[in-house]
Amino acid sequence: MSLLLSKDLYDELRQHGEETYPHECCGIMLGKGASNGTRVHKLMRAGNTRTDSAHNRYSIAPQELIRAQREARQAGLDIIGFYHSHPDHPAQWSQTDYAEAHWFGCSYVITAVDHGHATTTNSFLLAGTGEEDKRFETQPIAVE
Amino acid sequence: MKIHIPTPLRAYTDKQETVSVAGATVAEGLDELTKAFPAMRAHLFTPDGKLRSFVNVYLDDEDVRYLPAKEATAVAPEAELTIIPSIAGGCCSLPAAGCCRS
Repeated sequence: MSLLLSKDLYDELRQHGEETYPHECCGIMLGKGASNGTRVHKLMRAGNTRTDSAHNRYSIAPQELIRAQREARQAGLDIIGFYHSHPDHPAQWSQTDYAEAHWFGCSYVITAVDHGHATTTNSFLLAGTGEEDKRFETQPIAVE
Repeated sequence: MKIHIPTPLRAYTDKQETVSVAGATVAEGLDELTKAFPAMRAHLFTPDGKLRSFVNVYLDDEDVRYLPAKEATAVAPEAELTIIPSIAGGCCSLPAAGCCRS
């Protein structure tokens, strides 16, 4: 199942990572399941609450998640995933990303930002049914 | 009360985004929820019955953990509970073992 998003949204989430460099950016993706994947309809930028270590950690305040869930509900959408950046690190999930991942069936998009410029963007689907068997699966990104 | 269910847990509520349950407190509402949908219990609570650390429960806009009575807080019939798992992560501080640097 691919992650489907428009060129504008793809560029927007990558640009967010460039704007916050050398800190990590983070945001919430609202969308809906489609026949050929999950389609992103909207991005919601979120503040990184990890101001103590923003260059290598991110955390989204629950209040922002609740606001996003409310907005999604009103628009007939769902929270279908999240994005964040890895400043001067690869677009691969880290042990921290894995340990802190609890949104099963959702996409975790990571953009590498090297010296301020977004390079690779990858998506990983959190598969499994619980903490015991969870795993990240590489998910194709289709930019339309 | 109404309980809003996050995307990953709707697999256990027959895909319902919002579930209405009876209950006079937060704990009673969550108990009713897991009685109606038993598979939810393991995702919300540890084996010894404590709310999992990464599961946030909000009563309207208040984090239940920070309310004086916590889960024993009284809930009005028109109140809304929201279950929201945490979202966090980040790359590693050093390009060492277990780091995302390939």
